[in-house]
Amino acid sequence: MTSMGSTSFEITINLIKLVLVFLMMVQAVPILVWLERRGSAFIQNRFGPNRVGPLGLLQLLADAVKFLTKEDFAPEKGNRFMFYAAPVFALIPAAIAYMAVPMSVPLKLDGHTFLIQGFEINVGIVFILGISSLAAYTILMAGWGSGSKFSLMGAMRASAQIISYELALGLSIVGVILLYGTFNLTEMVNMQQGPLTFSMFGYTVTSSYLPNWGIFYQPVGMILFFAATFAESNRLPFDLAEGEAELVAGFHTEYGGFKMLMFFIGEYGHMMIASGLMTTFFFGGYGIPGISFQEMHQIGLNLLGTETLASIFNTVVHFLSYNLKFAIFLWIFIHVRWTLPRFRYDQLMDLGWKTMLPWALANTMLTAVVIFAASYFTI
Amino acid sequence: MPLGGVIFITVFIAIFGYILIRLARLTGGQAKKTSQAKFDIYECGIPVQEKKDTKISVKFYLTAILFILFDIEIIFMYPWAVNFRNFIASGAGLFVFTSMFIFLAIFIFGLWWEIKSKALEWD
Repeated sequence: MTSMGSTSFEITINLIKLVLVFLMMVQAVPILVWLERRGSAFIQNRFGPNRVGPLGLLQLLADAVKFLTKEDFAPEKGNRFMFYAAPVFALIPAAIAYMAVPMSVPLKLDGHTFLIQGFEINVGIVFILGISSLAAYTILMAGWGSGSKFSLMGAMRASAQIISYELALGLSIVGVILLYGTFNLTEMVNMQQGPLTFSMFGYTVTSSYLPNWGIFYQPVGMILFFAATFAESNRLPFDLAEGEAELVAGFHTEYGGFKMLMFFIGEYGHMMIASGLMTTFFFGGYGIPGISFQEMHQIGLNLLGTETLASIFNTVVHFLSYNLKFAIFLWIFIHVRWTLPRFRYDQLMDLGWKTMLPWALANTMLTAVVIFAASYFTI
Repeated sequence: MPLGGVIFITVFIAIFGYILIRLARLTGGQAKKTSQAKFDIYECGIPVQEKKDTKISVKFYLTAILFILFDIEIIFMYPWAVNFRNFIASGAGLFVFTSMFIFLAIFIFGLWWEIKSKALEWD
């Protein structure tokens, strides 16, 4: 499959699209930071940033100017190359993994078809898991390059935590793969359209008002996956890597200014990957409950008249639907951070290895048994 | 695989990040060495005692080794999971089902042994 396009026009558009998705990700970070500061302020009965611009929205711009005026600093005892390379490399895995998440129905213009996602990959899940786990290397680079013991201890903790929860994360997805029988994220979204339908033992039960979302088939998998992504993106309650009382700031103790901002972009990028995957696996992706893609296209055709405009309408509406679900999960990330206290390190490791891993195993086995039994008794 | 796109965006982001760091150095300036303490690594207000090769608990290495073992076992489940329905449809369902459950039994035994031998205890 030539997924980057067959003509030079399509290839150019697809490459521009990659840059746009990346800039979109970078652009979302200041908004999320604002949301996090305002949200935390409301949760803790404070005001938060409300001085610069309406609702404090221009605070981000003021912060960027402040970051630009900070002098460039590298500790003498560290490894200079690694110290400077780590924040740049922190951006790459987050951005590339996010690009494999489908965000809307393909846009059809003059015989060209453009996918609203960076790359279309048949093995989407494996790609995203493989690429996003490279983030552990950037954290270790930062910790080693800083030459500080706080950084190094923070980096060791962070990488041990990331790899431990990767097991529960990977295993909770096996149930999803068993359910859909594919690695392709777009196919998964297509399978979740229409009303909820259970077919077992020759009977078929259809619900008229519930959508056919993955959460109804894999509730345990959903909880395990969501909890593991919190640990993967180093967010509270799993942010042992930067426990202020113990480690100052963890692996980015020595960083400041733009370099620290880039670590932030990487961290928020991982939150976005987690939210996008939650939406795609368990909440119907960009689909809208009750209306199929063809029906939405027909509505656009009735409203706007031409085929091209209807296709644009269809894409935009589903893109908004995706972003609504996506934003809800991002808000849950922020809400949890300001509601729950931090774990202790041994509790964190126990939760990952002794609780979540066995539960994920049980979920996988149960899913396999149910799928096998359902097919065995109908034949 | 859209390998060209992946390479393109990797190079693009690397250049983007490099330009950001250069820009910040241009506008903020290189840090001036007003004192030695400014360029020392962070410590809580006292001279740095320890060298950078801090001793790391062996538990971290153990966790990494165990991770590799278990992660490979989980990766083996992926192709099985994606083809499970196809195998059932082609009539080989029982064989694939039982062989994976034998594999899972070994996996569970490994996990149980690991917990029993206190490889996962952090004190």
